[in-house]
Amino acid sequence: MNGKRGFGGGGRGKAGGQAGQQGKDGQRRPMFRRRKVCKFCADKIDDINYKDVKLLMPFVPERAKILPRRISGTCAMHQRKLRTAIMRARQLALIPYTAE
Amino acid sequence: MNRKYELVYVVSPDATDAQVAELHTQVEQITQRLGGKIDKTDNWGRRKLAYEIGPHKEGTYVLETIDGGGELMKEIDRRLKVSDLVIRHLVVRIDEEQSVVDRTRTKRTEANRRRRVARGLPPDRQPGEGQRGEMEDDDRFDVGEVER
Repeated sequence: MNGKRGFGGGGRGKAGGQAGQQGKDGQRRPMFRRRKVCKFCADKIDDINYKDVKLLMPFVPERAKILPRRISGTCAMHQRKLRTAIMRARQLALIPYTAE
Repeated sequence: MNRKYELVYVVSPDATDAQVAELHTQVEQITQRLGGKIDKTDNWGRRKLAYEIGPHKEGTYVLETIDGGGELMKEIDRRLKVSDLVIRHLVVRIDEEQSVVDRTRTKRTEANRRRRVARGLPPDRQPGEGQRGEMEDDDRFDVGEVER
């Protein structure tokens, strides 16, 4: 019920990884990283629609490129749907292709 | 024949309301002639374009949901391509996706209910139940987090 199901994938880049990379000497604590979950699985958003610009905008940051899965944590299925939605929205000039 | 399509077209900002309405009637006529039906029309009004298209910086968006066949959409597509007033248009078939969405939705609610009944709870969520409401804000999914 808490949305713990359904994001088996998308586990890349999870907290464990290479814990090293200590910023400055002395800091032992491994860098804490939140576990990323697919927004669409967790929020149970079933259809990713090209008309819903508000939903798509967080996935096209300043340069207007599509945010990669490795950063957003979106699962493969939803990233695919997101991509088609973004490309359709771009055709209609709802979302930019590039930032000038 | 009974397919559902969605048509969005962007009309040039110079067009008057009457011209936009005329465009709509044109689409309607074609649909009727080829045995289709317009389910819904939605005028989003004037919006700023995300990028400039030729000289235009904004446009009027109109959305139509059409019930009809592929030939009909081909004809509409052709007409809109020719039209000078329409600066962009997009035709998308929606019935298949819609059915998939509906199916996953019913599947999930049914699974939820089954699970709740197995736990001896009433099948539907009661108001004020659980630690966290469904719609409550949650910052677990900040997208802005970038690995460095």
